[in-house]
Amino acid sequence: MNGSDLFSLLPLVLIAGTSILVMLAIATWRKHWLTLCMTLVGIAAAFGSLWLVAPLAPRRVTPLLILDHYALFYFGLITAATFAIAILCYGYLQRHTETREELYVLLLVAALGSMVLVASSHFVSFFLGLEILSVALYAMSAYLHTRSRPLEAGIKYLILAGSSSAFLLFGMALIYAQLGTMDLFRLATLLPDAQNSPLVLGGLAFIVTGIGFKLGVVPFHLWAPDVYEGAPAPVTAFLATVSKGAIFALLLRYFYSSGAQHFRPVFVLFAIIAIASMLIGNLLALLQNNIKRILAYSSIAHMGYLIVAFEASSATASEAVAFYLVAYFITTIGAFGVVTVLSEEERDADTLEDYAGLFWRRPMLAGIFTLMLLSLAGIPVTAGFLAKFYVIAAGASAGIWALILILVISSVIGLFYYLRVVITMFAQVREEKLHAEPHAMGGNYVLVGLAILLVWLGVYPGPLLNVVRRVLPM
Amino acid sequence: MILLSMIVILLVGGLLAWGAGHRSALASRWISLIAVSTDFVIGFIVWIRSAGHVDVLQQQAWLRELNWIWIPQFGVHFHLALDGLSLLLLMLTFLLGVTSVLASWTEIQDAVGFFHLNLLWVLAGIAGVFLAMDLFLFYFAWELMLVPMYFLIAIWGHERRVYAAAKFFIFTQLSGLLMLIAILAFYFAHHTATGIYTFEYTDLLGTPLSPHVAVWIMLGFFVAFAVKLPMFPLHTWLPDAHTEAPTAGSVVLAGLLLKTGAYGLLRFVMPLFPAAARTFAPVAMILAVVGILYGAILAFAQTDLKRLVAYTSVSHLGFVLLGIFAWNKLALQGAVITIICHGVSTGALFVLVGALQERLHTRELGRMSGLWETVPRLGGAGLFFALASMGLPGLGDFVGEFMILLGVYQKSRVLTAVAAVGILASTFYALKFVQYAFHGPNDHHWALPDLGVREAIIVTPMIVILLWLGLYPQPVFNTFNPAMETLQQHAGQTMQARRR
Repeated sequence: MNGSDLFSLLPLVLIAGTSILVMLAIATWRKHWLTLCMTLVGIAAAFGSLWLVAPLAPRRVTPLLILDHYALFYFGLITAATFAIAILCYGYLQRHTETREELYVLLLVAALGSMVLVASSHFVSFFLGLEILSVALYAMSAYLHTRSRPLEAGIKYLILAGSSSAFLLFGMALIYAQLGTMDLFRLATLLPDAQNSPLVLGGLAFIVTGIGFKLGVVPFHLWAPDVYEGAPAPVTAFLATVSKGAIFALLLRYFYSSGAQHFRPVFVLFAIIAIASMLIGNLLALLQNNIKRILAYSSIAHMGYLIVAFEASSATASEAVAFYLVAYFITTIGAFGVVTVLSEEERDADTLEDYAGLFWRRPMLAGIFTLMLLSLAGIPVTAGFLAKFYVIAAGASAGIWALILILVISSVIGLFYYLRVVITMFAQVREEKLHAEPHAMGGNYVLVGLAILLVWLGVYPGPLLNVVRRVLPM
Repeated sequence: MILLSMIVILLVGGLLAWGAGHRSALASRWISLIAVSTDFVIGFIVWIRSAGHVDVLQQQAWLRELNWIWIPQFGVHFHLALDGLSLLLLMLTFLLGVTSVLASWTEIQDAVGFFHLNLLWVLAGIAGVFLAMDLFLFYFAWELMLVPMYFLIAIWGHERRVYAAAKFFIFTQLSGLLMLIAILAFYFAHHTATGIYTFEYTDLLGTPLSPHVAVWIMLGFFVAFAVKLPMFPLHTWLPDAHTEAPTAGSVVLAGLLLKTGAYGLLRFVMPLFPAAARTFAPVAMILAVVGILYGAILAFAQTDLKRLVAYTSVSHLGFVLLGIFAWNKLALQGAVITIICHGVSTGALFVLVGALQERLHTRELGRMSGLWETVPRLGGAGLFFALASMGLPGLGDFVGEFMILLGVYQKSRVLTAVAAVGILASTFYALKFVQYAFHGPNDHHWALPDLGVREAIIVTPMIVILLWLGLYPQPVFNTFNPAMETLQQHAGQTMQARRR
């Protein structure tokens, strides 16, 4: 490892360093605003360093990590999302708890884990990244430890994520036993010849199971609604975006580089997962009355849409996934951001009644939430529309018509519950509940920024498309 | 630029009206009125200038055009273009836009600013649909007009507004997504044939497709337009949406949104897939005739005035569908005239029903009778538009439906005969409306204010237009004839290209 190898790790080093600095700062001088500032500066520096590192890409740093444009793009996405979520956390923690500062350390560690994931080129770094991410997430979900719901969410996530890691590990072991390597690039050359070996197929199946748990796709989705509901709103935002996005990016890299998604059994397996996620996610969302649960099921369905693009397996498909993830990040952070900003001291604002007549009380917030929901539903002017368009285009170019048709039908089902939330916000409420509106503390600016970004990408996506075009795995 | 400015005026006007709405409802109404009227005047000037300058020799006889690159990575252009057909539909859009703003002047009292934002943005979306010459842009505008319409129904509608709004949105959204798949399939088929990725309408004309593929793609487009039109049996969202919407919403729905379906068939389905459309024509024409009769009979059976008027739309748009699929000169001319006249006469009927409802707080025919005694001017206007709707010679609707029947006669005598029965059936519902509402004794002792100045200002131009189109429609024919000839030419060329 030489100097420029180390230099190209700069984004990772910056995030890791910030987390240590923040930890030391907390130990000596507990100040919420200071912690936030340090975190934000560190994340911003990591984001900025991407431009310094970009000329060196692609570069293999040790057998474990590969820093190519693909990884750097997702680094950017992860750091930007973490930045927004950190600001959202500030107002939320200020209202909810006395021990505030440690969450930022966990947030940084989780971001680090995600970044390792998207840059991993070896089973070891894959697993390390995943565990760094997961362990931080257990603690984050249960962060409000004096309440029962977050504790329940934390424990549930711990047990299920732990068992899914076991599946993953076993799958890796099987593939290693057959092929004798854990290096992604060696695997990519060896896998096509070994595609009929039962050990390899079994190993792939276990890996898909492990990844499926993390992505929360049907039939591995059972934890998602409970954890989403129980975890603090900004943490849920992180869970739904950064953690899932990083794992999806990794899934795409591993399968595309080895061509494993072309194996018939793997293709069929993913097709079944996609169909089940789209239909079951959207159908179960219809039955919910809790906003966080609705968003949880909606994110299950969105992972299904992403897998449709994944199945198309072409350059267009990988661009579609990148674009979709950007839109999904903006939208989901925006939606959970609204929940965060509205949350009162004792509990999160997660029932539908909390949103009744919101438009007449806080038109700005309701307008932003409406935009986010319309984007999730894929209506024009929002980034969600172009993202869905891109996915359908990828599917159409690959000719997987059945999957596209199910995507269309299930997204129409999805309209029902998005509209239900929207119409609740516009309902006229007779007796005006007069409770003090919590102060957002910067959260509002994040939301406005996200809304502008959402519309900008929905109307003028050219610049992002240019970036996305260069982001190819391998 | 003038095309873009028409849309931008509506979008910006909507935002201004929203902003002004917080301070003063009246300011917001005036801003909207000025914005829509400005567009109307611009459209009128374009029309006057274009008269006589139409150049038949040119391949593409656009009166005005704007073509910018939008998303180069996909080959998407921001391409707006105007021909005679689009021009007339735009004029209709702005006329009914003014009507809707005036009709909501006293009806809408809650969240006035936001109402006008939605109203103007619907109109902007509709104008975009009539102008877009890039399939991506077209789909964008097509979806864009839905959301504000949804809000118009869901927030300011009547009793079952949430149900009606959701039903409307879901029907149109599902069919719209099917069209999106068809657009994309067409896009990739074009790429396989020519190696170029484009959504450009003029480039896509004449794409060679295998008959099998063409039928599927055509059906994707057709479903989206047939739901909007609405064609029997895809019409079930319409009575609910029309009934629950506020007056302005009903006017825009019946007068304009339905027309986007007819426009789509004329502009896209027939020229892009002539062969597939020809094989499909018998089915479409039979469904059209069923719709004509079904709509008329159901209209007669209604006791809710708005539902009655809503079902007449199913019947009239059945004529339009019939005319389009007959695809000869006479039938097409008739279809366009019917599109315009139906927009005016049904729009006016919804305004009158809205005026009645504002006075009586009911739409039940059973609770009205003898209203002529107390509101003679409103009754007279009602009679006029009812007669127009039933196709009285001398008024615009008659010209359109008569020409459609003439055109269809060359294709199928049976269908013509059955469709003609539909005109007969329309007399029943039109007369029922007049008789039950205005004639008879005034049992309920209604004493109501008659048509005011504002309402008279709305209704009078509509009466004039219907008379004009009924007595001397030639200028309108002159405006859209070159456009229709071009469309027919395209269809013919596409046919030849595929045969090769």
